[in-house]
Amino acid sequence: MVIDVRELEFRWQPQAPTVLSIDALQVAPGECVFIKGPSGSGKSTLLSLLSGVTTAVAGTVRVMDQALERLAGVQRDHFRANHIGYIFQMFNLIPYLSVADNVMLPCRFSARRRARALARGNGLEAEARRLLRHLDMDHPDLHQRAVTTLSVGQQQRVAAARALMGSPELLIADEPTSSLDADRRESFIRLLFNECREVGATLIFVSHDASLERLFDRTVDLATTNRSAHAVTEA
Amino acid sequence: MAIFSLAWKSLINRRFTALLTVVSIALSVALLVGVERLRTEARASFANTLSGTDLILGARSGPVQLLLYAVFRIGDATNNISWKSYQDIAAYPKVAWTVPISLGDSHRGFRVLGTTPAYFEHYRYARGRPLAIAEGRQFTDLYDAVLGAEVAEKLDYSIGDPIIVAHGASDVSFARHDDKPFRVVGILARTGTPVDRTVHVSLEAIEAIHIDWQSGAPIPGVSISAEQARGMDLTPKVITAALVGLKSKVATFRVQRFINDYPEEPLSAILPGVALSQLWDLIGVAENALLIVSVFVVVVGLFGMLTALLTSLNERRREMAILRSVGARPGHVFALIMGEAGFLTLLGVLFGLAFLYLLLLAGQPIVESRFGIFIEIGGLSPYEWILLGAVVAAGFLVGSIPSYRAYQLSLADGLSVRV
Repeated sequence: MVIDVRELEFRWQPQAPTVLSIDALQVAPGECVFIKGPSGSGKSTLLSLLSGVTTAVAGTVRVMDQALERLAGVQRDHFRANHIGYIFQMFNLIPYLSVADNVMLPCRFSARRRARALARGNGLEAEARRLLRHLDMDHPDLHQRAVTTLSVGQQQRVAAARALMGSPELLIADEPTSSLDADRRESFIRLLFNECREVGATLIFVSHDASLERLFDRTVDLATTNRSAHAVTEA
Repeated sequence: MAIFSLAWKSLINRRFTALLTVVSIALSVALLVGVERLRTEARASFANTLSGTDLILGARSGPVQLLLYAVFRIGDATNNISWKSYQDIAAYPKVAWTVPISLGDSHRGFRVLGTTPAYFEHYRYARGRPLAIAEGRQFTDLYDAVLGAEVAEKLDYSIGDPIIVAHGASDVSFARHDDKPFRVVGILARTGTPVDRTVHVSLEAIEAIHIDWQSGAPIPGVSISAEQARGMDLTPKVITAALVGLKSKVATFRVQRFINDYPEEPLSAILPGVALSQLWDLIGVAENALLIVSVFVVVVGLFGMLTALLTSLNERRREMAILRSVGARPGHVFALIMGEAGFLTLLGVLFGLAFLYLLLLAGQPIVESRFGIFIEIGGLSPYEWILLGAVVAAGFLVGSIPSYRAYQLSLADGLSVRV
């Protein structure tokens, strides 16, 4: 299993109410899973736990057979650098880096992803270019452009290329399409699927937009999976 | 490391505010080191108001008092020394040269000093620089006068002008030696020392103008004209003080003891360097105040950086979350801000030093001619290194505040970014 969550309990402070309690959640390698739920159902909290920013109060969150709560903070940061690609809802890019530098960013923090990116071909720059081309960002002068000149849709695709750089096993996308118009959403998701399939990555895709659900292998509805979902409002 | 290349690119992105921060640090560093440099040079210059002279000989008094009247022409001697004692000391085997000084008269507020041509030969200031004549020549005739630079400038004198010497320090009409006018034959180059404010005449001239005087007033009924005086014996009976040069500095204390124990007259000899630094300790309080002020200017400069960094933090929270998402540790975020603060400080220090040295190169001739302070443009003194080290350390200390704040923010925010 790429993700194996059991008996999970989470609250932000010891006295605070529990915001997340999940009995079991498993994701197999290569799966593309759609996680849906209204605001306050614990989507962001679950992503924090899966990416190792926070750890479970009770129960266990295993990613790639590694129980994250057993790792120290620095080790979790390392783990994230090595195995997880992350796409935000918007403003994914570092404004002072070029498109190519943004895509190559994970290789600065993870020797493993750097090595894997280099193993694919002819250097980091070429690999970044290849990923961008696969994501329909095939423009010769684009790679050195300032990211602030890109459209929102282009920015999200650069972010996807960055998340895929160095072939991490797990891709987490936190409402990456919410800033795109409807017809762009589907094409973006299909590009993401293609790339995930090619490298064999597992995709966790979070959205409250139920219309996208049909594109995925499987759907997890946090409103029912999270037993504490009704009790809280998301921060 | 990767994080520092990021810090660099981030800084380039905000180059305008970064440049302002660097400039404010640079200016404050230039001020700090500049003040320190001027302070030490002023002290050295002061300590060298009189150099090359091993001892100052005078009537028995305190060292600072003797220094004040013999070198700075401030105040009056309590007592004179006899010509015979002076000759005895000049003849002492260890003594290489002596320059007699006779004070007591003045010209329009400037002191008149009677001496011998040896004065121009042996007087040294500012690390052994000799007196230079800017215009004209030394005195040769009995009624020749050589002016200090400031006297000539303030009173607008040039070569050939006549001047009247007044008796005593104040210029009152009934106590003037107006029967024996002097003629300006030379003007000295500026030295930045009391020499600039002195009228130099020969020892014999001092004797000549007082030949028909007694107890500070003309002898009633006696009048000896300037020309008549030339024919008379003008060997001085007393002088005020003398500069003494020795054959070997090793003998300094021996000669000093000889003078202090001189049996026929109560004399004292002082070491000018020691007396000058004693005097500087009295008047040098202002220099410390100046240094303290410039330290505060540096503190203000660093606070400017602190403000700039803290202000930028909020808009950079997203940047930190993105970095965290690709695997940056909170420690990386700390290093990102710290690297920036350290870099800005170091750059500020470097620019400040460069600016200061440019300023020194440009200002050196001006300061030297205007104030007589010769600024040596050398490397950094150990104390200046300490100052610069302290600035850099303070820069890192100040930088640790926003760095720690960023560290905390990135821990609290995690990957969630609040816009």
